[in-house]
Amino acid sequence: MKERRLVIIGGGPAGLAAAVAAYDEGERDILILERENELGGILNQCIHNGFGLHRFKEELTGPEYADRYIQEVFKRNIEYRLQTMVLNITSDRVIDYVNETEGYTKIKAGAIILACGCRERPRGAINIAGTRPAGIFSAGTAQRLVNIDGYLPGKEVVILGSGDIGLIMARRMTYEGAKVKAVVELMPYSSGLNRNIVQCLEDYDIPLLFSHTVIDIKGSDRVTGVVIAEVDSSLRPIPETAKEYSCDTLLLSVGLIPENELARNAEVELSAVTGGAVVDENMMTSVKGVFAAGNVLHVHDLVDYVSEESAHAARSAVKYLNDVNQFEEKIAIKSGNGIRYTVPQLLNGNADYQPLNIRMRVDNVYRNARIVLKVNDEVIYSRKRQIMTPGEMESLNLADEIVEKMKNSKNVVFEVEAGK
Amino acid sequence: MIMQDVIIIGSGIIGSAVARELSRYQADILVLDKENDIACGTTKANSGIVHAGYDPKPGSLKAKYNILGNKMFDEFAKELDFPFKRNGALVLALDKDSEAILKELYEKGVKNGVEGLEIISGDEAREMEPNISPNVTEALYAPTAATVSPYEMSIAYAENAATNGVKFRLNAEVERLEKTENGIRVCLKGGETLEAKLVINCAGVFADDLSNQLSERKFSIVPRRGEYLLLDKIYTNYTKMTLFQTPTKMGKGVLVTPATHGNIIVGPNAQDIDDKSDLSTTISGLKEVWEKAKRTLPSLNQKAIITNFTGIRAHSLEDDFIIGFTDVKGLYNVAGIESPGLTAAPAIAVDVAKEVAAAMNFKEKENFIKERKAIPHFAGMSEVEKAAIIKENPLYGKIVCRCEVVPEGEIREAIRRPLGARDLDALKRRTRVGMGRCQGGFCLPRLMEILSEELNVDYTEITKSGRNSKIVVGKVKE
Repeated sequence: MKERRLVIIGGGPAGLAAAVAAYDEGERDILILERENELGGILNQCIHNGFGLHRFKEELTGPEYADRYIQEVFKRNIEYRLQTMVLNITSDRVIDYVNETEGYTKIKAGAIILACGCRERPRGAINIAGTRPAGIFSAGTAQRLVNIDGYLPGKEVVILGSGDIGLIMARRMTYEGAKVKAVVELMPYSSGLNRNIVQCLEDYDIPLLFSHTVIDIKGSDRVTGVVIAEVDSSLRPIPETAKEYSCDTLLLSVGLIPENELARNAEVELSAVTGGAVVDENMMTSVKGVFAAGNVLHVHDLVDYVSEESAHAARSAVKYLNDVNQFEEKIAIKSGNGIRYTVPQLLNGNADYQPLNIRMRVDNVYRNARIVLKVNDEVIYSRKRQIMTPGEMESLNLADEIVEKMKNSKNVVFEVEAGK
Repeated sequence: MIMQDVIIIGSGIIGSAVARELSRYQADILVLDKENDIACGTTKANSGIVHAGYDPKPGSLKAKYNILGNKMFDEFAKELDFPFKRNGALVLALDKDSEAILKELYEKGVKNGVEGLEIISGDEAREMEPNISPNVTEALYAPTAATVSPYEMSIAYAENAATNGVKFRLNAEVERLEKTENGIRVCLKGGETLEAKLVINCAGVFADDLSNQLSERKFSIVPRRGEYLLLDKIYTNYTKMTLFQTPTKMGKGVLVTPATHGNIIVGPNAQDIDDKSDLSTTISGLKEVWEKAKRTLPSLNQKAIITNFTGIRAHSLEDDFIIGFTDVKGLYNVAGIESPGLTAAPAIAVDVAKEVAAAMNFKEKENFIKERKAIPHFAGMSEVEKAAIIKENPLYGKIVCRCEVVPEGEIREAIRRPLGARDLDALKRRTRVGMGRCQGGFCLPRLMEILSEELNVDYTEITKSGRNSKIVVGKVKE
């Protein structure tokens, strides 16, 4: 079996940033495995702008952002395979992959970085009742049909879910002459970025119905309409409020799920909250030498953060390859009141890339509140926020002395402290 | 006009199996179906259970064909290469009252000739299936129960029938039957007419409408809706066996069973409805199914659900299968084939073919090809087999559907076969593309491209399931 030092699974934004960073950290034996026929991942279909404000301090489209990284990969002559599907990885880092030219291949990796992104939740996952006609798409599939393949999925559209892709597609379908009748959101708030609500809905007078959902789908061959109803505070539809909207298309933007089937095979411990691996601050999973970064780890709002996180994972992976023994002890970082999750969830205390960056999402909308870090019930760090929403990721940088205090404790908790 | 020897109306499991068994004889046989693929009615959406046979009333046709059919599966599944697994079943008594029902079932089963039946304690049942409810007090163990992929079984039968000379016409909806001097005139929607010496009515939920046009012996089929939920494959360990609760007069109740490809199926409920084409699911129905299933397996996790669907059973008010020549010369009915219809199908088809061939004086063919091979499914192969097939056809190394691991080579083969796929749902039934956890989100555009290339039709013409189910409405602005 052929041995490789670092294998990166996925050639999207996470995989590309990881490859570049690993190279720059001194690693030369790197292989990227990508299932699509080009590098860049889902960015290739995101032709709107708004990417790169943090990373490059300018507004790029998705393909432009991807291209910046692809050029860096080319410059460094990093090896990659396209149209290559990884079928399995094991806990001792044996990778099985297939493609047309090499056939069925098995390699042994010194370290693996999982960078396989996420997928959209389909209709069935939210279990909408009704018929099963043509005309129901996840928003990302519709985005691909329009932006890559050049076809219009429908003319009269209802969008369920106010995730970012749904919001972006409301505008995109409007550009293409379709009528977007409503964006329907189950929760009383959006899971998308505020700027997208303004730029994609408000600017085009597309109604956004909070606390509403689709309760029935009509049509036998093609969608002819959907029934929308308001929901009560426990998210149950209120039958009297049901109203049929005629449409030929229903787009679903109801959440993203990290693609962790490979991780599962390798017995990587997964978080029930993020759907991604449980990692320490080096982005290493519970399986030694297997790292995860980007949307396969937790769903990000901005690609800029994906790049940053992946570069960090790559540097850690190189460090691991050079000195396996440093990766031993771990303490848990807990999510307390108001915090859905943190990444990392574990602290090893060996990272020398300071400050320590902790990302998290809150579980509701909070105004004038604080995120506090408690160690043994004592607040040792806090940050005030005017507004926090589940749609926008929070990112904290912790200085060395804070990390030192965390390391020497058994009880490390992040919490939201409500505004007074 | 060409006079066919036989026209079979309907290509569900009954129509397909009858066509295949009749194709042993020298006869011109034509199968008509109103859909864009075969087996799109009751056959495509049911539990896929090969029943042991303890449920039907002793002496009924249901009992007879259940027992005969069940025994034929091992041989037929091998001959026609369709997914089949003898996984066994448990009927669970969830309270003391249900134990009496188990006893009745056991006794009926013994009378019907079911082998290996045994009443076991709740603890013994939990030893076999650790996830079942602690409330289970007793269970009826039926080792001969099995699971089959119903649409793949029909496709296998139909393909083999086609190989043996049976013609199939899809998108051919029968509007009217008329008596002629020598047989039956079949009038299609759109005006075309066909003639046959014998019409075999295998029209499922519509069989009563057709037969009642000519026959004085009226009967009635009530569409009985059953709603189902399908779970992600990673939850395949919930159960290895098919788990029933004790039956009611509306049917065998909500069951939990592994499908032959590893997903768990949960359902169905039972509700008599008016519209034979109503395949919608309802919020209340799905809730009912889920809650009932949780009585069997309390640990069922809602996160596991990847899709829901409805099946329509052809419930006959006579409460038994209706099989045989009618009072109308040239009209033969195979109707009211509800559960255990799928189990009974192989045996029914053998008997129908024999009876028809004898009555019509058909001679047996010498060159009947009895074996059919399935499309090689990449996902189910060993490493060595995978390596070999990619070497032989590199398109098997190009994975299109990532969730179910279906390569391009397999997809193209499913279109090129006799009775090959013409739409996305047909492709899904043959290869499992889009059946996984992303439900086609990633592979849909690529599948449309491949269908468009293979069928030589424009991308905009590709449908989900024929008729007006086009996926896209046109090109974007230039």
